[in-house]
Amino acid sequence: MTLSLAVRMPRVRTGSAEERRSSSIARRSNSALKSIAVPIASFAVAIIAWYVVTYAVLAPERRFLLPAPHRVLTGSLADWSHLRPMLEALAVTARVTACGFVIAVLFGLAVGILMNQARWIERAVYPYAVVLQVIPILAIVPLIGLWFGYGMVARIIVCVMIAAFPIITNTHFGLQSVDRGLHELFTLGRASRWERLTKLELRAALPAIMTGIRTAAGLVVVGAIIGDMFFAKGQPGIGTLLDVYRSRLQSEDLIAAIAIASAFGIAVFSLFGVLSRALVGKWHASGSNS
Amino acid sequence: MDLIDTMQDAYATRLTKTTQIVFDSVVKRFSTGTTALDGIDLAVRRGEFVAVVGPSGCGKSTLLRMAAGLESCTDGSVALGTDSVGFIFQEPTLLPWRDVLGNVELSAELGSVDKQTCRSRALAAIDAVGLDGFGDQLPSALSGGMKMRVSLARALTLLPDVLLLDEPFGALDEMTRYDMQSLLQKLCTDRELTAMFITHSVSEAVFLADRVVVMTPRPGRIHSVVDIEFDGPRTEELRFDRAFTDYVARISASLRGTAS
Repeated sequence: MTLSLAVRMPRVRTGSAEERRSSSIARRSNSALKSIAVPIASFAVAIIAWYVVTYAVLAPERRFLLPAPHRVLTGSLADWSHLRPMLEALAVTARVTACGFVIAVLFGLAVGILMNQARWIERAVYPYAVVLQVIPILAIVPLIGLWFGYGMVARIIVCVMIAAFPIITNTHFGLQSVDRGLHELFTLGRASRWERLTKLELRAALPAIMTGIRTAAGLVVVGAIIGDMFFAKGQPGIGTLLDVYRSRLQSEDLIAAIAIASAFGIAVFSLFGVLSRALVGKWHASGSNS
Repeated sequence: MDLIDTMQDAYATRLTKTTQIVFDSVVKRFSTGTTALDGIDLAVRRGEFVAVVGPSGCGKSTLLRMAAGLESCTDGSVALGTDSVGFIFQEPTLLPWRDVLGNVELSAELGSVDKQTCRSRALAAIDAVGLDGFGDQLPSALSGGMKMRVSLARALTLLPDVLLLDEPFGALDEMTRYDMQSLLQKLCTDRELTAMFITHSVSEAVFLADRVVVMTPRPGRIHSVVDIEFDGPRTEELRFDRAFTDYVARISASLRGTAS
């Protein structure tokens, strides 16, 4: 935003300082207004499009495929007897998400750091990290079920498998990208491997690691919902409910549950966006060594 | 990356009470087969300021890095008469996430100096380079010259006997450069430091050094060594002194001579 402001600023300044200040304030509040108004307008357009599809595109007997927004509200979201099981299921999914996420972060950091300790470890481990990433999760769902049962453990494993890769690669490349001069500085200081890791490499890699963690936070929710769907033993998660609503053609509930699951995903992702800015924003944006 | 121990060399015999850094027929060949340095003999005396000038790629930085133990020599030996060495890189080389005080403390901290001593040395060093009041600033908020001052202060926390400087002021504008030169000169005189200073700038070398070493293009050899002698202290006025410009002219001429 500041960049676009700077670009729009005229090269030759003719007005008085006072005029300039007031016009720049006007411009700023104008853009603040835009930043609120535009999303609201686009949301309104989306809702209108939804109504159009429900009432103009779909024939009355097929209208259950996409019930109108107000039907989703009154028939599901605003009805406590419908909403309550969804929130309970969400709590279950959230627990799986948190568990899987913590394990994925610890595992990803450990593997990323390990790969950085020696070339041969990197060569030995990295191919398997890639396999972890490219293997279609649905393809090994049966195997996970066989090995770990169809309950919570399997759900958590799906989460870890989906979320670990971005943390591994971002940690690894973050650790590798440390400035050569800084490495030499630590060499001259006869720093131990531990000092080098904690005082230099991990700190320098922090922006990359946080990027990996942010990506993983988005993926881990997907993993938890997939896990809910396929490993339905034990308490139902939001993914389990999605499958139930689909099979019973409860489309209001289905759409409500999708909305809740999406909101959860967005919340988790944004949380780590904020966290990451708080941790590294201060020095990374303009931080350089020259 | 391991630090090469310059002291444990069997050839380190020429180190005496009066010499602090000794290069003894040093040869550096890279794995690619190019010879960077070919037979360098140089002894830097205690408390002396030696500047090394030469064309780009003549291996003058390699020479300095060998003295610090960052690179090994293919043949010959490098000996250093002390353990406490401050190295100043071309870039300020600061940790962007640490404030000025944190950066200055780093070297002493790695040298396992206890926290309190670390802090007091850092504060004294920040004072000495004229950065008092900037302790809590992040490097990104500092100008190029101020970052270099931080880099200098960091080296001072080791209470060094020797300063090795690798074109430290090359990226600075001329006015800042002059300020930094005066600061460095004051630090070296006050603390009786031995300094080896790599530079592209002949006038910088003449202003700072007791001796200027002129090197040839690759493979780097020592072309000549010029003693710089002035009456009285070196002040800013010296830059316009006839004797000063004579030295600059003479050394520049021999640099041009090496190129042909």
